[in-house]
Amino acid sequence: MPGPAISDMSLSEFIQRDRNIHPPAYTPTYKTSVARSPRHALLSLQNSLSEITGPRFGHNELGPLDNDLIRNYAKDGDPIGERIIVHGRVLDENGRPVPHTLVEFWQANAGGRYRHKKDAYLAPIDPNFGGCGRTLTDENGYYYFRTIKPGPYPWRNYVNSWRPAHIHFSVFGSGFVQRLITQMYFEGDPLIKICPIVKTIPDPDAVERLIAPLDLNASVPLDTLAYKFDIVLRGRRSTLFENKLEGN
Amino acid sequence: MVQPLSYFYETPSQTAGPYVHIGLIPQQAGFDIFETNFGSALVGPDTKGERIIVEGRVFDGTGTLVRDALLEIWQADPDGQYNHPASGQETMASDGFRGWGRTGTDFETGVYRFATIKPGAVVGRNGRMMAPHINLWIVARGINIGLNTRLYFSDATQANAEDPVLNLIEQKVRRQTLIAERSRRGDEVIYTFDVHLQGDQETVFFDP
Repeated sequence: MPGPAISDMSLSEFIQRDRNIHPPAYTPTYKTSVARSPRHALLSLQNSLSEITGPRFGHNELGPLDNDLIRNYAKDGDPIGERIIVHGRVLDENGRPVPHTLVEFWQANAGGRYRHKKDAYLAPIDPNFGGCGRTLTDENGYYYFRTIKPGPYPWRNYVNSWRPAHIHFSVFGSGFVQRLITQMYFEGDPLIKICPIVKTIPDPDAVERLIAPLDLNASVPLDTLAYKFDIVLRGRRSTLFENKLEGN
Repeated sequence: MVQPLSYFYETPSQTAGPYVHIGLIPQQAGFDIFETNFGSALVGPDTKGERIIVEGRVFDGTGTLVRDALLEIWQADPDGQYNHPASGQETMASDGFRGWGRTGTDFETGVYRFATIKPGAVVGRNGRMMAPHINLWIVARGINIGLNTRLYFSDATQANAEDPVLNLIEQKVRRQTLIAERSRRGDEVIYTFDVHLQGDQETVFFDP
């Protein structure tokens, strides 16, 4: 795809966010959103330096086990559960890789219990599982981590609401307005289509983009299965002559 | 048929949920796992600029404290420069100021708090200066997509009056929702910035 070099790209504005592929703020079937959703229209803001810039992170800030959830909290053995690799690329809407960006992830253990002082679900804490990790994408936008497949769990929305197995993702990009938090689901999980949080997304095609397929080619035989999850962040406008931040 | 445009679709947002602390600030979730934790102190011993505390609370539409929110801030240095190539800074600032931090509202008090420095005015579009401000991003259980807003400073009256973004807000009464009040507590300079997700005092949020 023609366009300026990637170093120049970090100077340009972002393409308008397509709000139709995201959940709206007010989604009454996800009850907690009712009192926490703004009711005024968002104020559209043409980008300035405050929007096109964002924080950067270095390898020196991460530990060697930060992307290995099987080992990064292990005390006296491995955590219980299905061993999996999750891998993919962080790209932008122009199809370009997003290199050297921070990807963070967190999840419940194999029984559906979070290591969190506010989680009181009766499934047990796994003494060898923390449930969080982080990594930086490489120069091609590629990331991977190893973990245990999380379990589904009940939550108080309707009296019998269950979350499908999922992993939470937090991604940065190169500008603060690319900031994104989302959740990855697993191919074949029957809880996905009845989940009130999944259903906050009105576009069924958009929901599909949150479901990671089994990726047998990336598995480790006799050891670990793999799932592939690509993440797409907002892209920058590629025509620099049209989008100088000053003087046009 | 015309050629396909072939753009990719942005990945849809999903709520950060009640356990966002595990992934982003695990110590607040109740455990210690990483050697290096990202946190609410943006300043080191060598950081230049006026030391300030930014603190406040987040309220829902009923006026109830949101005690499980996560906030991130992104700001310029005292010269109005962001630590980013677009602001002419290819590498980390020599005084260690990245300009970014994150924290959660307290599970008991609902208060969040950042230790930072006061940013300078930043050049905006068409060369118009923007008043000093801090960019905020807020996520929580019940928030389906992160909310973007800005914090301006109560003692920059003239700069705020001329700020091109504040002036975009049609209802003047709502501009006040973006102004943090300056006060002193002992040796500390405090700017108080409460966020109202909904209701009569709903904060102005952006679609940037």
